[in-house]
Amino acid sequence: MRQDHLISAHQLTREDVEAVLDRASEIAADPAAFRTRRAGEVLALCFFEPSTRTKMSFDTAMKRLGGDTVDMGTVESSSITKGETLADTVRVIEGYADAIVLRHPSEGAAKMAAEFVDVPLVNAGDGAGQHPTQTLLDLFTIRENHGLDDITIGVMGDLKYGRTVHSLAHALTNFDARQHFVSPESLRLPRSVRYDLHEAGAQVREHTDLEEILPELDVLYVTRIQRERFPDENEYRAVAGQYRIDAETLEAASDELTVMHPLPRVDEIAPEVDETAHARYFEQAHNGIPVRMALLDTLL
Amino acid sequence: MSDHQLRVSKIRNGTVIDHVTGGQALNVLAILGIDGSAGESVSVGVNVPSDRLGRKDIVKVEERELSQSEVDVLSLIAPEATINIIREYEVAEKLRVERPDLVTGVLSCPNHNCITNANEPVESKFEVVDDGVRCTYCGTIIRKRIAEHLDAS
Ligand SMILES: [Zn+2]
Repeated sequence: MRQDHLISAHQLTREDVEAVLDRASEIAADPAAFRTRRAGEVLALCFFEPSTRTKMSFDTAMKRLGGDTVDMGTVESSSITKGETLADTVRVIEGYADAIVLRHPSEGAAKMAAEFVDVPLVNAGDGAGQHPTQTLLDLFTIRENHGLDDITIGVMGDLKYGRTVHSLAHALTNFDARQHFVSPESLRLPRSVRYDLHEAGAQVREHTDLEEILPELDVLYVTRIQRERFPDENEYRAVAGQYRIDAETLEAASDELTVMHPLPRVDEIAPEVDETAHARYFEQAHNGIPVRMALLDTLL
Repeated sequence: MSDHQLRVSKIRNGTVIDHVTGGQALNVLAILGIDGSAGESVSVGVNVPSDRLGRKDIVKVEERELSQSEVDVLSLIAPEATINIIREYEVAEKLRVERPDLVTGVLSCPNHNCITNANEPVESKFEVVDDGVRCTYCGTIIRKRIAEHLDAS
């Protein structure tokens, strides 16, 4: 990668993505060959909001490369509560570690933090903003199943607030992918994201109904519609119910359809779907390890 | 006040910002951080009849010469503006308003959850795009009424 940091999926060129995914494939094929690759190196885990799963995934990835990690701990237990700025915190921590992984509740936090440090910094989520390693593992999963060119992908659920969706959509503009977005009217893609996709020359279509496009999809990426986006329980139930899939929904789909989900799911994918050949969401989560290993190995 | 009268009330040294979009004069002052507190003498004409614009505003600031980067920021709210630097009652320099690529520290991001609105040592930074400006930190786009987002500080 030309950059020292990974802040946003926007910065990734097709070559960047392919370089990381190629290495992830090598790692997945022969993890033992990478066991001492980053021995003696330390990764700092700075999570300003809880995200146990993402943190575990980075922790595991670094350890499987033979490296070690230091964890800032929770915000409540650290000195950050005493009013220290993020800019100061990362400048202190860069002295402890060879790279930093940052998760922070404010949008743009990782971009700003990266301006203050010389060690590589990886954005593990900034508020409702970017989460580029999720994007890389999503791309890896799509590539393993269908390749990344000449594919048709449908993204369904909360497209307004779902940052994984925004990053993925943008990254796919580097490839020959037809993108369909399925959501209730109130949770459509935000204007800034549509603007970006349009600027990037993406082929984007928006729908309120999955039925009309399901048969042509290679990939269906489902996201959760959250209760708190709706003023009352009834409205939420009514809307969420329309964007739930089960085995019956998938009867209209191609046999080759891959169903993905960033997890955790609640009930937007019925458990019976797990038993079908379409389900790839656990594989997708597992792919976070080789992909984050590949990314750390590239940046370090 | 007519265009003619304003033209004759010449200043000795300073800057004349002419052909400002009608009603934007006070925002021009805000963008430039001119509030009179530095003791500079400022005259403002609002909604003056103009051949070119129908109505225009004029701002004259004495004893202050605007830089090209200050002028570029004006393009966001007054794209037609012309700027004359005056020395000893004569036009010493004419500056053209050009749309800048980046606007730093002038606007504040409307996204309350943006890191530039937290207590961090960072200035706001907006990229100028086709139909507005876009926060380089959080991606929020301001399309309309850019002047409402002028940094209050
Ligand atoms: Zn912002």
